[in-house]
Amino acid sequence: MLENLTSSFGSILDRFRGKGKLSEADIEEGMREVRRALLEADVHFKVAKDFSQQVGKTLLAESRLKGVSGAQQVVGAFHQELTNLMKSDAPALPANPGHPMVLLLAGLQGAGKTTTAAKLGLWLRQRQNRRVLLAACDLQRPGAVDQLVTLGKQLEIDVHAEDPTQPGVDPVGVAKRALAAAKKGNYDALIIDSAGRLHIDDDLMDEIGAVHKATKPDGTYLVLDAMTGQDAVESAQSFSAALDLHAVILTKIDGDARGGAALSVRQVTGKPIAFLGVGEKPSDLEEFDAERVAGRILDMGDVVGLVEKAQEAFDEEQDVMDYQRMMSGKLTMQDLLDQFKMVKKMGSMKKLMGMMPGMGKMSGLMESVDDSQFGRMEAIILSMTPAERLHPEILDGKRRRRIARGSGVEVSDVNRLYKSFQQMQKQMKSMQKMLSGGRSKKRLLKQMGAGGKLPNMPGYKQN
Amino acid sequence: MVFSRLRQSLGRTRNRISHALKRLGGDTSSADTLEALEELLYAADVGPLAGELLDEVEKQMKAGYLNGPGEMPVWLRERLLEVVQGPDGPPLPLVEDGPTVVLVVGVNGSGKTTSIAKLIHHLRSEGKSVLVAACDTFRAAAVEQLTVWCERSGVELIRGQPGADPASVAHDAAQAAIARKVDVLLVDTAGRLHTQKNLMAELEKVSRILTRQIEGAPHHTVLVLDGTTGQNAVQQARQFGERVPLSGIFLTKLDGTAKGGATLSIGHELGLPVLFIGLGEGLDDLEVFNPESFLDALLSPREEAEA
Repeated sequence: MLENLTSSFGSILDRFRGKGKLSEADIEEGMREVRRALLEADVHFKVAKDFSQQVGKTLLAESRLKGVSGAQQVVGAFHQELTNLMKSDAPALPANPGHPMVLLLAGLQGAGKTTTAAKLGLWLRQRQNRRVLLAACDLQRPGAVDQLVTLGKQLEIDVHAEDPTQPGVDPVGVAKRALAAAKKGNYDALIIDSAGRLHIDDDLMDEIGAVHKATKPDGTYLVLDAMTGQDAVESAQSFSAALDLHAVILTKIDGDARGGAALSVRQVTGKPIAFLGVGEKPSDLEEFDAERVAGRILDMGDVVGLVEKAQEAFDEEQDVMDYQRMMSGKLTMQDLLDQFKMVKKMGSMKKLMGMMPGMGKMSGLMESVDDSQFGRMEAIILSMTPAERLHPEILDGKRRRRIARGSGVEVSDVNRLYKSFQQMQKQMKSMQKMLSGGRSKKRLLKQMGAGGKLPNMPGYKQN
Repeated sequence: MVFSRLRQSLGRTRNRISHALKRLGGDTSSADTLEALEELLYAADVGPLAGELLDEVEKQMKAGYLNGPGEMPVWLRERLLEVVQGPDGPPLPLVEDGPTVVLVVGVNGSGKTTSIAKLIHHLRSEGKSVLVAACDTFRAAAVEQLTVWCERSGVELIRGQPGADPASVAHDAAQAAIARKVDVLLVDTAGRLHTQKNLMAELEKVSRILTRQIEGAPHHTVLVLDGTTGQNAVQQARQFGERVPLSGIFLTKLDGTAKGGATLSIGHELGLPVLFIGLGEGLDDLEVFNPESFLDALLSPREEAEA
């Protein structure tokens, strides 16, 4: 997601980077390009216009005051404005819900309501330990009820479903009986799937309005396809006007959509994005984090995502390495070896690199990153003696030649690995400085963000 | 009839555009004109092509052209006609002997199954015999949805067990199509995002199996595209096309507020035609795509369109 926007912003920012002080004409020209980049990323027309004007205004004011120097301010202004655009203090789930907590899903056909109902059910059970009941109230689309029942079976989540071909079975009736069943069965949450329509019409609004009235949900979510173009805002507006939405769930984020809808919906409807559907598996649902997404767009990297991913891998195998020691700068080759193993567990290197600051621009290069190279580095380390792994500084020419022979590579490859190792060691030290005084993720992100200095990642020079 | 429904469906889009165009035709500065044009093109999901068009217009205006009242809409229509691609003759020409195989692909939720239902109806109304292969064995209850449609149209459906290899269903369906001597075999596939490598490989396999069973199959591969899709549409068309060469687009959900302007980008960048458009939820809500009426409905002022 968002790669295109990232690369077009990247090239615009590059232009600013070369300059010492920005003139008003520079800013104006830059903002014109920003507007086009946004429009080509499906950002709503009005939002794109306001956004570029707002950033331009901030920069102009700053340049009059003290002169805008280079990219830092521009990145800062962008990040601020992007975050503002998407940010909301509202929690993903409604505050003070009743028991059971009732959530209603609304949306157009094909947005992914039924799949999202199941994903959200799983999320509530896994993250919040809630007992969930799903209600199959889409009686419109042939097979929708069966789909939810099947998903419920797969995930072992109970589903209240009725045969839509029987007389007297209507969405409001099903919803009411599902709510009664949820209360009686002492469920913690009820998620109601509803019928979609091709587009907003009175029938749809009447039906979902009646379901809404009958069940009084604690939160109503609009399920929206992230690949939608300018129409995203229109449907979000109509639903928002009719239903008192709590938030939006954006689906199919993994379809390399440019994310314009994400930028627009919050701004135009005032409704935050609560969750993202990020994959085909039922567990592929994530809480939305505006700062994180803004950082990613600006290529400041999804550091929090990276940390979280690493954390997951740590949790699985706590004793993989001595985190503390490594962070204090005493990195050893053994740590590196363990890291390679962990990388394998965390997934493809390309994916990880995509989360690192400044790497988005290198996406072309990333394509050429071959995970097998890491296999080679692993082989080199495996050819070292335990003493060499723990004290790499003893690696003299003779030892290096032996290692190269042992692992079937050239001495230059060993040298290169040693050099990256030294860089990483330095990196660890500087990260340790950054992290001292509390390792809160928010703080980390802030330091990585607007005003902060981006750390150099090994093998990649910051300009 | 055809035209009026299309016009009706595109009504809201058209209003917005003709309003903007009226401003263009009026006595405005070139800066205003360009801004109005920018808004109308981007708001219709035309995307990066809009940037190119804007640059062209700006150049022309600086050279002293397109400044007269009403010149811009005429130029724009002509220019867009170069971009929009429709079917060259019948949208799905049938092969002389043996079943003509039509593979239907698309991302999740684009409307494949409904589009297949409409295609069945369309082909049946032309007197063709049809067999349907339910190769979406992934999504829970997808087959049930298709079964309902096939029963309504009185068409036989070849199905596999849930979770079965779609290629094996395609194989059985191809055999059945030959045995029953049907005119057309419609192959429904599971929705998949074009970024999912393993699922795209699965699609290639289905296509390969069809080729092995019936010479030249699939004769047509149709990408079902949600009309509300933004610029991601180009990526979809490109990446599906790299796996299974596409014959064209079935553009769905084109009523309501949808613009379908992304198909202009597809035509511009990939030269891929739009074959059909889906206009509503009824079985007969299908039209063969016509670039001129599509653009006219999109661009012409209301009075003219209704005359």
